[in-house]
Amino acid sequence: MMAQLELQNVSLSFGEKQILDSVNLHVNQGEFVTILGPSGSGKSTLFHLIGGLLQPEKGSILLDQNKITGERGHISYMPQSASLLPWRTVLQNVILGQELTGVKDTAAARQMLQKAGLAGYENAYPHELSGGMKQRAAFIRALLSPQSVICLDEPFSALDELTRLEMQKWLLSIWQEHQKTILFVTHNIDEALFLSDRIVVLSQKPARVLREFEVPFPRPRSEEILLTPEFLEVKKEVYYTLKQGASMS
Amino acid sequence: MKKRWSAIWLLLFILIGWEAAGRWMEVPAWLLPSPLKIFQAGIEDWTRFYLHLLSTASLSLGGFLTGAAAGLLAAVLLHRVPGLRHPLYPFIILSQNVPVIVLAPLLVIWFGFGLLPKVIVITLVCFFPVTIAALDGFKQTDRDLVHYFTMSGASKKQLFWKLEVPHSLPSIFSGLKIAATYSVMGAVISEWLGSKQGIGVYMTLASSSFRTDRVFVAIFAIMLLSLLFFFVIVLLERYFVRYQRKELR
Repeated sequence: MMAQLELQNVSLSFGEKQILDSVNLHVNQGEFVTILGPSGSGKSTLFHLIGGLLQPEKGSILLDQNKITGERGHISYMPQSASLLPWRTVLQNVILGQELTGVKDTAAARQMLQKAGLAGYENAYPHELSGGMKQRAAFIRALLSPQSVICLDEPFSALDELTRLEMQKWLLSIWQEHQKTILFVTHNIDEALFLSDRIVVLSQKPARVLREFEVPFPRPRSEEILLTPEFLEVKKEVYYTLKQGASMS
Repeated sequence: MKKRWSAIWLLLFILIGWEAAGRWMEVPAWLLPSPLKIFQAGIEDWTRFYLHLLSTASLSLGGFLTGAAAGLLAAVLLHRVPGLRHPLYPFIILSQNVPVIVLAPLLVIWFGFGLLPKVIVITLVCFFPVTIAALDGFKQTDRDLVHYFTMSGASKKQLFWKLEVPHSLPSIFSGLKIAATYSVMGAVISEWLGSKQGIGVYMTLASSSFRTDRVFVAIFAIMLLSLLFFFVIVLLERYFVRYQRKELR
C-alpha cells in the first residue's frame, strides 16, 4: 500500500533548542495512525509543520508523493480546542472548511450532523452545546473539509473520562464508515491503543521516533478490549517505551 | 424590568432634590435655575430652539458617520498593510493630544466658516476610539482560530472577512458607542467657532445674556441627543452581535 502522507527526516529547532530530530513517519490511505508522546514532546509542532505553519530545517513532507513542505491547506485539521466560531451556527461552522477551500454542500452537512446526534442543533450557537457536542461538530467540520487527510490534535483531552470514551467510540464508528486517513496525536496510551492501526512513539526533547507498534486488535473494537490481558500486555510494552523516551532527556 | 428603570428613578430623585434645594436656599435663577424653570424655558423657546437642535443633530450625525468611517478605514489600513502600523500608530495618538479648542480656530482660518472645518473637528474626536477599538479587536483574534484558518488554507482575505472582522465586532461597537457620544460634543464645540445655527450658537448667546435657564436647556438637549445616538448604536449592536446577547442571558 502506498503512503498517503509521509514525513522524511524532518528536523526543526527553535534557536538553540532542537524540537524534532529526523522524524520519519508515514500514514497509508485509510489508515488510523497515532503519534504518542509525553507532553511537551513537540507533537503539536509536528502538526504545525504538516499544516505548513512552520518550515522544517531539514527533510520534507509528502502528500500523495507530492512535496507539500511549508504549504498550507493540504490537510484537514482539528485543533485541541473545538475552535468553532462563536458567531456562526453549528451548520455554518461545520461547512467552514468547505467554504475556505472547497465547494459548499449544505445537504451533506445536515445529514452528517444528524448522524452525529446533532439533529435539531443546526441553528444553535456553539455556546449552547456541551463539550462533547462541540468536539463532534469540530470533527464533522474536519470530515467535511475537502482534504483527504485529517489531523487531530488531542481532540478529547479536555473532556471527562466517560464523555471521552463515548467520543472515541463515536469517532471509530464514523471513521469506519468514511475510511478517511487519520493522523491522531495524544499522550494517552489507552486512547492510542483503542483507536489506532499503528502507533508511533516519540521521545522527549528532541522528539525522535522511538518505535512503531502495530495494534493487533481486530475491528470493529468495543470498549471491552480495554480490560483484556492482551490489551494490558501491549499497553505495558508501549508504556515502557514511552518511559524510556522520557528518561533519555 | 426593575433594573431598567432604576436610572430613571435616580434621575427623578436628583431633579426633585435640585428643585427642593433651589427653593429652600432661594438660589437666584441666573446662578442656577431650578429644573422646572429650565423646563419652562425649553417650552417657551421651543419654536426657536428646535431649529438649532435639528441643525446640531444632523451635524453630529454627519460628523459621526464620517468619523466612524475614517476610523474604520484607518484601522483596516494599519492592520492589513504591513509596515504601516508601527510608524503611524504614534501619530494617531498624537492627533488626540492637540486640544480641539485650540485646533478649531485654526481650522476656521484654513477652511473658512463652512461645513468642512466642523466635520473635521467631529471626525477628529470620533475616529480615534473607533480606530483603537477596531485595531485591538483585530489583534486579539483568538490564536487557535487563526491557526485553524491558516492551516486550513484560508487566504488573507478570508482570514480577514470570515474571522478577524466578525471577531472584532463587539470591540468595534464599543468604540462606536464612545464615538457616538463624543460626536454631539464635537458638534457643539465646532459650532462655537462661528456658525449661524446649532445648540453651540444657542448656548453662547444664552450664556452671554445670562439666560442660565437656556444654557441648561442646551445642556439637557446635548445629553438627550448623546443618549439617543448611544441607544441607536446599542440597537445596531444587538442586531449584529446577536450570538453574544444570548450568552449573557
